[in-house]
Amino acid sequence: MNSKQYILNSIKNTNIIKETPCPQIPDFGIVYEDKFEQFAQIIKTVGGDALVCKKEDLDKTIASLYEDEKVISSNVDGCTLGNFNTDVDDPHKLKDIDLAIVKGEFAVSENGAVWIKNEDNKHRVLYFIAQNIVIVVQKDKIVNNMHEAYENIDFSDAGYGAFVSGPSKTADIEQSLVIGAHGPKSGYVLFVE
Amino acid sequence: MSNHPQEAAKFVANDERMHWHDKALWFVREKRDLASKSIPEWEELRSVASEIKTHTLSKLDYYLEEFEKNATQKGITVHWAKDALEHNEIVYSLLEKNKVSKIVKSKSMLTEECHLNPYLEERNIEVIDTDLGERIVQLRNEPPSHIVLPAIHLKKSEVSETFVEKLGTEKGNDDPTYLTRAARASLREDFLDAGAGLTGVNFAIAQTGGVVVCTNEGNADMGASLPKLHIASMGIEKIIPKLEHLGVFTRLLAKSATGQPITSYTTHFHAPVVDGEMHIVIVDNQRTPFLASKDYNKALACIRCGACMNTCPVYRRSGGHSYGYVIPGPIGSTLGNFKDPKANKTLPFACTLCGSCTNVCPVKIDLDTQLYTHRQDLGAQGLLSKQKTISMKITAKLMQHPKLFDFFGKTIRKLVPMLPKSIVYSKYNIWGQTRDLPKMPKNSFKELYKQGLKDEL
Ligand code: SF4
Repeated sequence: MNSKQYILNSIKNTNIIKETPCPQIPDFGIVYEDKFEQFAQIIKTVGGDALVCKKEDLDKTIASLYEDEKVISSNVDGCTLGNFNTDVDDPHKLKDIDLAIVKGEFAVSENGAVWIKNEDNKHRVLYFIAQNIVIVVQKDKIVNNMHEAYENIDFSDAGYGAFVSGPSKTADIEQSLVIGAHGPKSGYVLFVE
Repeated sequence: MSNHPQEAAKFVANDERMHWHDKALWFVREKRDLASKSIPEWEELRSVASEIKTHTLSKLDYYLEEFEKNATQKGITVHWAKDALEHNEIVYSLLEKNKVSKIVKSKSMLTEECHLNPYLEERNIEVIDTDLGERIVQLRNEPPSHIVLPAIHLKKSEVSETFVEKLGTEKGNDDPTYLTRAARASLREDFLDAGAGLTGVNFAIAQTGGVVVCTNEGNADMGASLPKLHIASMGIEKIIPKLEHLGVFTRLLAKSATGQPITSYTTHFHAPVVDGEMHIVIVDNQRTPFLASKDYNKALACIRCGACMNTCPVYRRSGGHSYGYVIPGPIGSTLGNFKDPKANKTLPFACTLCGSCTNVCPVKIDLDTQLYTHRQDLGAQGLLSKQKTISMKITAKLMQHPKLFDFFGKTIRKLVPMLPKSIVYSKYNIWGQTRDLPKMPKNSFKELYKQGLKDEL
């Protein structure tokens, strides 16, 4: 008997937990009057920031946030600041990116997270290896809470997706919050109207 | 073999540090309270989470098979390990096959439980723990003292000393930002030249065949996305049936753990990286016996948030290392004692039965009841110390015989004040070793009560 059979059989033969129906998740998720306001407020508490701009002002807005960043990648429609093509064979080649400008699918008010899918981008590591990150989201794509968020997610055709809430951080040294652990050291969410 | 009272005594001997540790964890507990109060439906969420877990565990074999089927379709290879050794062998064979000599690892209590690091190191594989807290304890050759905050027992000056020695940082500079940056720089190099990334798993979704990993630092993501090989290790209890259930668990996990609205990264891995491989090792290692136990099966619902530790008055004042089991605190005490009662028999007593752990647990595990039940089990198994057994027997006798009880009480009340301290606090009085006996009253409660009744008449 291989280990799989062994484990499954021992569960089958010894489990005494009575089968209960799989619960329906009630429609109880918190909703906010102003979803953007709530999002903006929460993301500040996790070391990020939310801004709003017109599509034609994308370049200007981002450039004013990051004046000294040299190696920039962008796969966002309407942004021309990119000077580094991430479509390389080896993800290690992304190691010197100063700023990644990426597309976010939608934002979640409850917790300041943005869902990213990595559809237009070859290497997942881009979101983490870049020193700084700007996630661009449509202003009308904000959901209230995580229950609504998962209604918008589907893995039938996808192999990857992540919620990103602010830049990377740690409080492992005496509970002092330090922004910028292994991933980006700063993170903005830019909503385009 | 763990010996909680002995190890805890060492920890509390340093009064200043004990209070510092207590405060640090209470601070985290308070953040959890604030976060949970921001969600009006918090208590309902806990109930639903608990029901989902019970349902899943009741059909665990079914969901594990569904998970394997769907993961395989996504191009992920699933392995099964009955115990720690088999888990380690599987991981090693994958590394060997891919000619990997260095790996980066993110937090995984399961790999701690399996003692994976020493197993691989003995086979000449360099293992780098990449979570900052875990890296700190790895450099110090210590186990983590908390499942979410591995280095919570250390002061920044101690971290600084370790980094001066191991990473060449400035002597005396204990600024957390400076130290974190130094670790970041050094670990970046490790990420870049590792041949594989190992991660744990927070949730495995049967319906979609993928796993979710929640971190703040981005280390799991760097490790799982940069090298071509990603190995994720999970216990059989990590399964949840459907994607929508994550809506419930992602709302509870970080808020319960550290009071954050959600972890910085909640990553859903459902396929290998481009031209890469992804493997998932499903591990039993003495988990199935919980399913057969009416008293302890709920312990398998744990989502490892650490809230029960942060709130526990014993944990906060004795530190994670005092438990001597891979997972400390209330949940570790019940898991450890169930798996190996002989080795962990002191752990169910590292508890005041205050029930605070059960109140904060996001999946409503009956932790205090389990610890109380363990005590009876230990008695029945004859694993209690002689002193405890004898005093329990005497107490039971007295309780059953009111006359004897009265007589005994009377004698003690008279006798104790007359005896010298050296006898009252002799080595047989284990209770009195760390406590003062109360002042002996003249009358017993029963006498006072009777007197009161008379006075009223
Ligand atoms: S037992 Fe409950 S509170 Fe403790 S770590 Fe597990 S889920 Fe969290």
